[in-house]
Amino acid sequence: MDFYLAAILQALCFGPLVIGLFLSMKVFNIPDITTDGSYTLGAVITATALSNGYTALPAMILSMAGGAIAGGCTALIHTRLRIHALLAGILVMTALYSINLVILGRSNLPLLGYENLFTLVGIFSHADLNTLVILLCILVLLLGSMSYLLTSDFGIAMRATGDSEVMIRAQGVNTSWMKLYGLAISNALVAGSGGLMAQFQGYADINMGIGIVISGLGAVIIGDTLINFVQIRSVPLSLLCVLFGVIIFQLILATALTLGIDATLLKLTTSLLVLAIVALPRVRSAWQ
Amino acid sequence: MLELHEIKKIFNPGTAAEVTAVRSLTARFEPESFTVVVGANGSGKSTLLNLIAGSIYPDEGRITLHGRDIKKLPDYRRSRWIARVFQNPLLGTAASLTVLDNFRMAALRRSVKWIRPGTDRAFVRHVQERVASLGMGLEDKLAQSMGTLSGGQRQALTLLMTVMADVDILLLDEPSAALDPRSARQVMEIAERIISENKLTALLVTHNISEALRYGNRLIQMENGQIVRDYDRSSKASLSQADVVSWFDYY
Repeated sequence: MDFYLAAILQALCFGPLVIGLFLSMKVFNIPDITTDGSYTLGAVITATALSNGYTALPAMILSMAGGAIAGGCTALIHTRLRIHALLAGILVMTALYSINLVILGRSNLPLLGYENLFTLVGIFSHADLNTLVILLCILVLLLGSMSYLLTSDFGIAMRATGDSEVMIRAQGVNTSWMKLYGLAISNALVAGSGGLMAQFQGYADINMGIGIVISGLGAVIIGDTLINFVQIRSVPLSLLCVLFGVIIFQLILATALTLGIDATLLKLTTSLLVLAIVALPRVRSAWQ
Repeated sequence: MLELHEIKKIFNPGTAAEVTAVRSLTARFEPESFTVVVGANGSGKSTLLNLIAGSIYPDEGRITLHGRDIKKLPDYRRSRWIARVFQNPLLGTAASLTVLDNFRMAALRRSVKWIRPGTDRAFVRHVQERVASLGMGLEDKLAQSMGTLSGGQRQALTLLMTVMADVDILLLDEPSAALDPRSARQVMEIAERIISENKLTALLVTHNISEALRYGNRLIQMENGQIVRDYDRSSKASLSQADVVSWFDYY
């Protein structure tokens, strides 16, 4: 049971990440690979800040600011230099690897013994339950603020930018700036996830971001399938579906691991799982 | 008043694919004028509209609106004054957004989109009234996504969206060309009503000769990037369909 609870906690740590990916991939239609780098960046900044005596909140804010800058760089490369978003993301992600190493100073930093976000509250004697409460609070806050943002006038302009640039430019919106804001918010959330994860697992590692975009994508696609299946148009419910998506995804992975799949094959399993999720609807329609 | 002075636009200069789309074009569009632009494919009509809208910039010349030089302003800044309806009904609206959200953006055409909820009850009522004026029964479909509507419905709504905020210029780029005859007529009638009710300066590009004769109070023909014929209201009224068709028989 504890194993599945851990999987759910991990999934909840990925919550901001999948909301961020939903923003870049679904709302803006931009395949943003910066994610792999900005996730690690968030973890690295949080770890460095905590080990330098900062408390959890400023550490998280710094992480998210770092992520926002990374996302902004990708957006600027994409919009100003007109380089494909995929390539722009890969460029920034690769550059971030070095930046992360510089910030962390080494490849792995344990955080045991430092106060963090999850040690702030002591309602339950069981540490995991305290973590659960804190994560749920964070996600409720995130869901509320993102719903407010996306249904606001600004949010409508964001969604229109991903849908039809011609249309929204005709309504006086500078789509380059919109993409900049969008990718900055998206990567701030991704970095926030990295920060949460570093505190949850008790260390930051330079390689922890590898393939994270694929895990996130799997969750977003499960969420999107849910959205289409129940025919949801409301923004808050869509975001909730994406959060369900990440929990389902992590539980499937956890189940796979309990079934005896070697942990070294975790990334392969993740990839195949995402492939299956992406391919299933297509295979079904090919048969019909 | 919209003025174009000695406008020149060459695509792919210096290459084998070099095309002079507009050469030394000077034109004035008076307030409340409704100009119909005809011309063969490649005569520069769409380039003219793109130049006015700001999707492309001229190589030479001046474009002034109410005396202000707008030549260097990008399309999203000119959209404060200039609205546009495209041939493709799918371009003027965002398909995944609701009709209401599309109208919200149109209403904010001239202002900043702040992070605050804007589609409140008063706004919904306002949009319902406007949409009801189309007489297409779309006022009950505001919560539907734009993508569920037909091309004719979307084009009519696009037209209505252009006047949700005050604009001066309306550019119509073959707005009815992709529609069935009935929807085409409906859209053109809505366009005419919107133009006269809001006292807009309008430009209509069309290949449909009867449309060109029925609507507008000025008719110009473009050829090789220049205006070769220019008929004002009274001389336009005396033109027949055969006259206009004969303009295209120059081979």
